[in-house]
This record gives sequence, structure tokens and C-alpha cells, in this order.
Amino acid sequence: MPLSALSGTRLRERRLAAGLRQSDVAARVGISASYLNLIEHNRRKVGGAVLDRLADVLGVDRAALAKGSDAALVEGLQSSVARCAGVVVELDRLEELVSRFPGWAGLLVALDARVQSLVRAIETLNDRMTHDPHLSASLHEVLSSLSSVRATAAILAETDDLPADWTARFHRNLHHDSERLAVGAEALVAYLDAGSTMAEQGIAAPQEEVEDWLRSRGWGFEDAALPDGLDSEIAALASTAARSLARDHLARAAADAVALPMVGFVAAVTRHGPDPFALAEAFACDPLVVMRRLAGLADLGAGLVVCDASGTLTFRKPTVGFPLPRFGAACPLWPLYAALGRPLHPVEAVVEMAGQGGRSFRVVAWASPRHPFGLRGPELREAAMLVLPGASGSAAAIQIGSSCRVCPRTDCAARREPSILSAAG
Amino acid sequence: MVGRTAPGEPLSQHVLLIEDEPNIAEAIRFILTRDGWRVSLLSDGNAALDRVRSDRPDLVILDHMLPGMSGLEILTALRADPDTRSLPVMMLTARGRDRAMAEQAGADSFMSKPFSNAEILAEVRSLMAR
Repeated sequence: MPLSALSGTRLRERRLAAGLRQSDVAARVGISASYLNLIEHNRRKVGGAVLDRLADVLGVDRAALAKGSDAALVEGLQSSVARCAGVVVELDRLEELVSRFPGWAGLLVALDARVQSLVRAIETLNDRMTHDPHLSASLHEVLSSLSSVRATAAILAETDDLPADWTARFHRNLHHDSERLAVGAEALVAYLDAGSTMAEQGIAAPQEEVEDWLRSRGWGFEDAALPDGLDSEIAALASTAARSLARDHLARAAADAVALPMVGFVAAVTRHGPDPFALAEAFACDPLVVMRRLAGLADLGAGLVVCDASGTLTFRKPTVGFPLPRFGAACPLWPLYAALGRPLHPVEAVVEMAGQGGRSFRVVAWASPRHPFGLRGPELREAAMLVLPGASGSAAAIQIGSSCRVCPRTDCAARREPSILSAAG
Repeated sequence: MVGRTAPGEPLSQHVLLIEDEPNIAEAIRFILTRDGWRVSLLSDGNAALDRVRSDRPDLVILDHMLPGMSGLEILTALRADPDTRSLPVMMLTARGRDRAMAEQAGADSFMSKPFSNAEILAEVRSLMAR
């Protein structure tokens, strides 16, 4: 894995912190001091054996020097910049920032995530105030009875020569409407006092909640654990929507486990490789089932994205070096969408993800139509793309990105909106 | 004062009040009648347009939320018809958002619930004096 610019800076800091001289380190690594100087100033990239020896001499974990460890921070900050249009930042020094102040960078990303969730909370509350039918009906009831009480009471108080039958009538109305007012006000108070949490009100994104939970579970379950539904873990999720999504996910995982029992599946993967179609044939099931099972194999390290016919991502399991958009739409050049447009045709491609130092992936995508309401019901489509790490780069690799706002590619035919990165560059 | 006479006299001007809350309707009718207007009541949105065309009232007081056709739909239909395009319409609304929509649809004036009797009277007088 080649080093990106930030690693040179970090190497230099580690060396200085260890009190080592450039020439001594260079000698022990077996390179010239001037070459190490170039590396430290991010003028040369190193990988392979030199990187291993440098890491050894400096007592640093090689993986910690690789870009992957900071990629999430870099991507998180890029997303923040994308959302704060008009704020001029030193984008060309973003990697330096992450490298030198990982804690502060992490804080910025965490704060931005918090701002996002608060914005969502406000939008949800606003929606609730303006569109909630219960609240609207309760308010209408209170205002109507209050209008009647006010008008009737004023007539009784201000009309000197009110005939006795009218007086009796208005007194009855007043009594009736004051009762209605009391009931309406109680309903309103009960509604506002319901004491539901932010997450319960749909303020945390349910899909993210479920994905966080799946991440904590390593994106897979023991087959034996699936049938009992993992009720206690699902109950711990904050929102009803997330619990419902999680139950759906588990029900599907349980059905997948029945179709493809893990022991036989692992043996078949060893025989056929991670080929969804050979495996689907071997087990007589839909390739989408195989793709979901493959994504659950920890050893394979595969990512998986699933979308519906609108292209909306309904499932996102990331893999290192293949950042997935947290909000909004993904790169239209993903083979996922090629498969979506041509159901039942396998799409295989080598793709190179923008901004990941030329890292390539082999992806396999497939879409199946479904007709849950039968012949005359709507046709639904589901497309999935398995992202297999470790493909060797190829001239024919499709150049893709995560999503336009954070994609540095220039001259992209599929670009929807300007990138914050090319704008700065 | 334009068009107001003692209650029951045939020359008095006619207000059609379309409101589904019977007690509000009764109170408004009482105040307006005592002020000298002839007031007829309707509690259902569906019949509103027919009643306006047959009764030809001088002013319509229209509640926003009605069973059948909503006040806004009735107002839009009245404004689309050349016969009723300039008929004065006062809308009774509960919320600011409704008010903006009523304004766009061509209401001449608005009363926000809970209104006072004096406000209703003053507004009716001012509309009828135009």
C-alpha cells in the first residue's frame, strides 16, 4: 500500500518525537538521508519493504501509517465542507490537519455528525408541529370550543335585554363547550407530555441506527442465533422504525441462513470462489441471497450495497477504501446502477475509487425483479453490488467515486454537481 | 349604515354563514341578527355552492374546516365563477398557514379563532360598506 501525503508528515513527527536523527534512521532503513527527507516532506511516496523497515525502526504500526486509518476522518471532514458551502477552508491541507491533529479532526467530525442529527431533529419537530394530524386535530378542537365559549360568554355578558329562552340556550352551549374545551386541552397536554425520546420520534436516522448495530456485530450473525430473533438486542435500539428495520433484516438473514447454511456455504465458497452465480446455481437460490451471505463472511472483507428501483441505498456495508455516501445519492457510475437498469444480467467490473490512491476493487452487481402482489401488482427491483477488495489495478478499471460532492475527479461525464475538492484544487 | 334594517325586514342584507360548529354558528348568527343582518346557516361544505347560487347572499362567512368540501375549495370555486367572483367572503381560520392559503385563494378578510364578537361585527360592517 503506497503512502499518501500525510504519512510523510507523520513519519517525521514520530522520528522527532523519538529523538532520532534523519541520517541514523535512513542508515538503519537502508536508504539515503536525502531520500528520507523527501519522504518526510511528502515529496516521495513509499510502500512495501521500505515502509515496513521505516515502521520497524520508528516503532510504529505500519497500518497506522497507511491512509486507511484516517480515511474516515478525511471523508468526514470533506462531507462537512460540502455541507458548509461558502466557508473557505484550506482543503489542500486537509490531510495534514488529520495527520497532525487526529483528535481535533475527530472532534470536528463528531460535532458535525451531532449538528446533522440536531438539524434532523428540528426538521422532524417542525414537521410534527405543522403536519401531525393528532396535534392539528387537538388544536382545532381546542380553538373551536374556545371560539364558541368566547362568543357565547360575550353575548351573555354584554346583551342587556337577552330573552330568557336565549339566555338558557346560551348557558347550555357554554356548559357544553367548556366541557369540550377541558377534554381537548387534556388531550393536548397528554399528547405533548408523551415523554417519547428523540430517537423514538424518528429523529435519529433509523437506517444508521441499524447499521451501527450491525457494525458492532461484525456485520454477521451465527446461524444458530438467528431463529430466536435476538429480541433483547433489537429492543435496545432506540426508535420503533429502527427496531422494525432490524427485525426485517434479521428475518431475511434467517431465511438466507436456511437457504445457504454456513457450513456448506463456506465449503462451496472455497470450491467456487466468491462467485454469486456459481454459488446460486449450487444452492438453487437467488444470487442476491448469495451476495448477502458473502457479505457476512468476515474473512472475505467484502462490502455490499443494496438499492431499490429508485436507486436509494437501502443497505450499506462499507469496506476499507470504498467510502459510501452517508447522505444523498451515490456515484451514478457504480456498476450497481448498471445492473439495476438491466435486471437479471450479471455485471462484473474492476473499479477504481477516487481519492484512494489508485485502490481497485472487483465488483459484482445483479438486480432481480419481484412481484409481491402477483401478476398485476407493481414490479419492484432490488439491486446489489458486492465489493471485493484486493483487485489488481487495470487500465480498463472504471473510474468511480463515492458521491459527486466529495469526488475529486475532473472531466467526469456523470458529474451532477461541482466537487468541493476540484473547486479548491 | 348600508343595508341594515331592523331584524325581519325584507330589505336587510343577507349573510350566509357556513360553519359546522353549531354553537359558534348560533353565537355568530345571534350577534349579526341583533345588529340588523339577515343570517342563514349552512353546516355542510357540499351544499355550499348551490346555496350561494340560489340564495345570492351579500356576504359569505366561511369556516376553513368543513365536512364535505373544505372552505378553501369553496372559495376557489366561488372565485372561478364570474357570477360570484366579487362576492365578499370572510374566512374563519384557526392557523396562520391557513390564512396565507385563504389569502391566495382570494378571501376578502379573515378572522382567526378565537375571535371576539366585536371583531366579527366590525369586519362584517366594513365589508358590507364597500
